[in-house]
Amino acid sequence: MGAGIGFRSKGGARMISEIGDWFSDPANWRGAGGVPVRLIEHCAYVGIALVLAAIIAIPLGLFVGHTGRGATLLVGSGNAIRALPTLGLVTFLFLLIPKSTAAAIIGLVVLAIPPILAGTYAGLQAVDNDVVDAAEGMGMRGMQRLWQVEVPISLPLLLGGIRNAVLQLVATAAVAAYVGLGGLGRFLLDGLAILDYGEVAAGAVLTTALAIVLDVVLALAQRLLTPRGVRIAVKARRPAAKEVAA
Amino acid sequence: MSFLDELGSFLGSANNRSQILGDLLEHCYLALVPLVAGVVIAIALCWLGRTWRPMRGVLLAVANVVYTIPSLALFVVIPSVIGTKILDSINVVVALTLYTSALLIRPTLDALEAVPQQVIASATAMGYRPARRFFAVELPLAVPVLTAGVRVASVSNISLVSVGALIGVGGLGVLFTDGFQREYFSPIVVGIVLTLVLALVVDLLLVLLRRILTPWERASASARRAVPA
Repeated sequence: MGAGIGFRSKGGARMISEIGDWFSDPANWRGAGGVPVRLIEHCAYVGIALVLAAIIAIPLGLFVGHTGRGATLLVGSGNAIRALPTLGLVTFLFLLIPKSTAAAIIGLVVLAIPPILAGTYAGLQAVDNDVVDAAEGMGMRGMQRLWQVEVPISLPLLLGGIRNAVLQLVATAAVAAYVGLGGLGRFLLDGLAILDYGEVAAGAVLTTALAIVLDVVLALAQRLLTPRGVRIAVKARRPAAKEVAA
Repeated sequence: MSFLDELGSFLGSANNRSQILGDLLEHCYLALVPLVAGVVIAIALCWLGRTWRPMRGVLLAVANVVYTIPSLALFVVIPSVIGTKILDSINVVVALTLYTSALLIRPTLDALEAVPQQVIASATAMGYRPARRFFAVELPLAVPVLTAGVRVASVSNISLVSVGALIGVGGLGVLFTDGFQREYFSPIVVGIVLTLVLALVVDLLLVLLRRILTPWERASASARRAVPA
């Protein structure tokens, strides 16, 4: 087994065979520490944190984007949160709320808010002023204009924000295993602790696969949920956009 | 107030202070070397993408996948791919260089493609060869968009370095693992504050750099946009 840590690690072929050994060992698929359970745990953390972050960030982003109030504060605080070191935040919260999963979840929520907020806000910003004027001219009230015009047009960017948040969450949930959270990060950190490189690499493969699969699914959702009118408008605008940039 | 006392005694120790200073310097090295390397690599790749069209799609696809890989997973796999020791700081540098170049590819390509055709045509007419035209005309015009991307990458690098503490190389991140193991708030708080300050300082320096590299923007702003840039 891998005593490679601290020594020179092995080449790619050796790594692949160790990952293969690890995956083909049935013991790694059973029970509370098995791959299926860890995978579900990881998805659950990501899902819960995503929903909570969306509940906070989407209305806030819509409010700021629609009214234009507090935009500077929003962008500034979003950037500041982005600079927060994940590991620092998670360890801090874990000491503040001792020995609880809630601490790690709060950390995840905090980190997922800025991308969703930025996506929602950027989406509304991207709505052409002429379109808003036209909606108003047609007699639409504030809320009608928001839900029937601004939100559908901003949907692609909003979903882009959610995609970024999911990537951030999958990565951070693995880091949060350090404070005792379950999920796929356990394989990475437990493997490092017992110098089992096969387990470490398998954990890395699983976490990366989860991130890529979720990203592809969300990219498809982004494409499917974009209203047809917006797709046509984007296509029509694209050649012109280069001219405008001049 | 007990926390402030704790913080006072933590920072009061000269030993702790020199330890923190060392961590801070290591953090700068681990975050900024990849930033510079990543910018150079992204520009080189985008130059290839501009000169050889099929490269463009490949670049964007690869950049997208690299950016999707979770940080901890990348940190632990790099040693066996490039054959370094697991505790070697070069692993973190390589991982963050990959992230930086992946992050910068799209904005750099977009910025280069937004350079107006007539500007490129004028430069060609003035006798600029493609390579010189790229560095003297196209790249400078892409600087505003490029710096916007570099600012995002610098914040992300500075925050990601601390994850390296889980594989033993993490600059200020060591303060987090240390504080966690000893159930001691002070190192964690100091680490968070210093990371935020470092991110802010580097960001301000990048804004300054952008101003220096784009003198024509100030000139055209002071002309009150009388002449479109």
